[in-house]
Amino acid sequence: MAILTINGRDIEISDHEVLNLIQAAQRAGVEIPHYCWHPALSVVASCRMCLVEVGEKKPDGSVVMQPRVVPACQTPAKHGTVVVTNSPKARAAQAATLEYLLLNHPLDCPVCDQAGECLLQDFSYKYGHARSRLRDEKLIRPDKYHIGEQIVLFTDRCIMCTRCVRFTREISGTAELQVIHRGDHAEIDIFPGKPCNNKLAGNVVDICPVGALCSKDFLYRQRVWFLKSHKSVCPHCATGCSIWIDQNKNIVYRLRPRYNPQANGHFMCDEGRFGYHHVNSKERLLQPLARRPEGWMSLAWSELIQDIRDQLQKITQAQEDHRVALVLSPWLTLEEVWLACRFVRQVCPRAKLVRGPVRDAGNDDLYPKGPHGEPPPPDKAKFIIRGEKAPNRRGLDILLVYFGPSIFSWAQLLELISQHAVGHLYCLNADPLWEPSPSELELLRSLKTLVVWDVFPRNWQDLAHWLIPATTFAEKNGTYINANGLAQNFRPAVIPPEGIWPETRLFWELLGQPGLYHAPTVRREIAASVSALRPLDTDDLGEYGTIIQPAA
Amino acid sequence: MEFEPVLLRHLGVPGIQHLETYQAQGGYQGLRRALELTPEQVVQLVKDSGLRGRGGAGFPTGVKWGFIPKNHPGPIYLCVNADESEPGTFNNRILMEGDPHQVLEGTIISAYAIRASVAYIYLRYEYGRAYRILQRAIQELYDHGFLGRNILGKAGFNLDIYLHRGAGAYICGEETGLIESLEGKRAWPRIKPPFPAVQGLFHKPTIVNNVETLACVKHIIERGPDWFRSIGIPPDPNNPRDMGSFGPKLYCLSGHVNRPGCFELPLGITARELIEKYGGGVWKGRQVKAIIPGGLSMGFLTAQELDTPLDFNGPIKAGCLGLGTAAVIVLDDQTSMIDVLYNSCRFFAHESCGQCTPCREGTAWMAKILARIRRGEGYLDDLDILLEIANGIGIMPGTTICGLADGAAWPVKTAITKFRAEFEDYIRNSRARLHPVREPIRSH
Repeated sequence: MAILTINGRDIEISDHEVLNLIQAAQRAGVEIPHYCWHPALSVVASCRMCLVEVGEKKPDGSVVMQPRVVPACQTPAKHGTVVVTNSPKARAAQAATLEYLLLNHPLDCPVCDQAGECLLQDFSYKYGHARSRLRDEKLIRPDKYHIGEQIVLFTDRCIMCTRCVRFTREISGTAELQVIHRGDHAEIDIFPGKPCNNKLAGNVVDICPVGALCSKDFLYRQRVWFLKSHKSVCPHCATGCSIWIDQNKNIVYRLRPRYNPQANGHFMCDEGRFGYHHVNSKERLLQPLARRPEGWMSLAWSELIQDIRDQLQKITQAQEDHRVALVLSPWLTLEEVWLACRFVRQVCPRAKLVRGPVRDAGNDDLYPKGPHGEPPPPDKAKFIIRGEKAPNRRGLDILLVYFGPSIFSWAQLLELISQHAVGHLYCLNADPLWEPSPSELELLRSLKTLVVWDVFPRNWQDLAHWLIPATTFAEKNGTYINANGLAQNFRPAVIPPEGIWPETRLFWELLGQPGLYHAPTVRREIAASVSALRPLDTDDLGEYGTIIQPAA
Repeated sequence: MEFEPVLLRHLGVPGIQHLETYQAQGGYQGLRRALELTPEQVVQLVKDSGLRGRGGAGFPTGVKWGFIPKNHPGPIYLCVNADESEPGTFNNRILMEGDPHQVLEGTIISAYAIRASVAYIYLRYEYGRAYRILQRAIQELYDHGFLGRNILGKAGFNLDIYLHRGAGAYICGEETGLIESLEGKRAWPRIKPPFPAVQGLFHKPTIVNNVETLACVKHIIERGPDWFRSIGIPPDPNNPRDMGSFGPKLYCLSGHVNRPGCFELPLGITARELIEKYGGGVWKGRQVKAIIPGGLSMGFLTAQELDTPLDFNGPIKAGCLGLGTAAVIVLDDQTSMIDVLYNSCRFFAHESCGQCTPCREGTAWMAKILARIRRGEGYLDDLDILLEIANGIGIMPGTTICGLADGAAWPVKTAITKFRAEFEDYIRNSRARLHPVREPIRSH
């Protein structure tokens, strides 16, 4: 047990913790301003923003202060350390550092994307001066739009904290970014002709504490103070990164990683980061459609419920219910799968349950890469992009096994269709990037009934008998279980457009349940029924989620 | 007692760059003597001698060697800092070009003392002649069994020396900057701890010593620590932290003197004696206005402070950063301090590596302000801003990783405090000339 004194307040840290003074001060509720230090990156102590006064408490109770100021990021928290962050000397050092940082800064906050979430703004306000004493010309350096496909460098705004350089060296291992020139002419740059296009490149925008590195995707699209942030989970692979969805007026503007030591750490990949555009898409399917001899007819949701009930009843009466298959996408939440399976089991108990297509991008992509692009050994990996491109394959499998008796894969389903063992297909697709291939479509043509839920109409249009709009991950309210068995629940960030009923509401109504769909209730119901999912018996799985079982 | 030069003793001896001649002059006796001792005994001798590093900081060499972890499995590295870039300093060049084997002998002895099996000589790129001379000398040593395996028959003592040329940056003379540069990286000084003696080059214990320090080691082994302590100035009894200034020192005298050059003298000679007795006085019959006591980064001494002894403490007492490299630059009374300080600031702004904010921005800001003052567009409060920057970036301890900002700050601080009237006159007169009527317009 180590006891430190921070601004006169004692805090305790346990022996196994290795903290620096910034982290120790956070425990005491004291903010030590810093730029270059990032918990996931190596310590360089170069921004000199976190300068504090440090002393030592002797066993007799007297305090001996060091004559120098020290960077808090570089100083380990040890028993008896006395930290003063607000003494005149420390304040003067912090204010001086801010004055230096702003010397050549263009102060173009009104057109800067970072404004509102900029540490230069925040710390200037809290620790800096209101005016500059520079009478000379500022350095002006060209913006670098070529630095990456997704990122742009506003060179003037850079404070040379080198977080981005360290990120590409230590986390992605691709080392595209470097510092060129010397002194106040130093700039971040790429090696000629080698832009920063690695699959984690978007993270440098997040870790940039100022507006120097911006995302081209988000550039000039929204002032950040209008954005509302919602905790969510990235659906693009089985890592299930914790994310923030930032939206305004029901439009999603960007995704950012949310720290989760059990899933993604501090970062997320670009595939996930920029994989939200389907949410805002104008091409989305907005109304339930039914095929009639005269063409597509849009239905009210209540009519749709009636249609589905009637159809299933007809099938059952015709003794065809063993030829019904329900396809469940691995992009569906546990709750959606649960309600859909319960409904189908209720009306046609012999229906086959099929695991929807799981897109596979090959091997897991491990970072940091070595000097020749080779992946690190698995125990050294700092970030993993899974080859399995679905957020909930594990959770889906657990429920399918529960509803059993046997579960079928998409390929097996196609086999069954070609053997005419399946004639009625209810396909819940929620994967915005998957669509059936032309040969698969050809097979599906033989079906007597094809009911499709999807985000987009795609090539279902000339085939399906009912086409029902599906919701995207940003609109869902439920739980995903990632490849490591980590269950994370999330709530909708935006409401579905044009009154689309989420799948949960539709099946809730189909089941004839009273009231409204309530995710925690359904989750508790699942936990009570499925032994493997017992840990889900809670209203909220916590900020970092709950591990239901370790990875196989 | 007349002082007898040892470091420059062989300078000018024909063929001294060759091993044969060097040995005929008594060379490599120090190494043979050292190999009769254990490494610990060599370290103890250097500790006893009170030798302090000649590269600028004046840290006791023996103490530094003692920081290497005991029983380390190795490898342990020795880096010879020959990146002599401090303005006004050229003693390492004279040693390496004039008597390379003396330097190499000191290097081999030191490597033996710290159990290093590899030594790197980090040579300033501009020293092409020294490079060729050292390269030849090292080859000679390999040919005659002074380098390689089981040196001079001493079983288990292996040493390879690599000669590495820098690419021309002041910061590579900083010991951790040098290490980074040797590793092939940008020479950004490292944060300490860990100190290089614990984790330096390639994460292994590393000692970085100046060329002149290593040359001194050879003579300490040859003549004993008592001889070394008989030269120089003993510690100040009133200052418990003073470790004394022992031994001979190479003073580089340049600037406005009649006979510039490198002089080997006992530590503690006064600046006046150096200039008048050895430098032949100020040129053109002029007077001293100021001197730089030990390389540009140490700051300035005025004409009234010429009796300051040039030992490790003298310049500090006179308000400078320290003795530095003992490179004395003399400025005559016709020199404009504005020009001198502008040049100094420009140098440090150019050489700042750009890692720490205060140094990166502060040095460049000071250079901008001085350029403006020099153009005649200065304001009187610019001087206060300059002093504040100097205090903030270097003089207040701990604001930057390495000492470059200190070096940039002290010339500014000493010039402005000691020659403030000249700066104020210059600003007043030039402003009056440029803007005869208007009040100064504040830019904010």
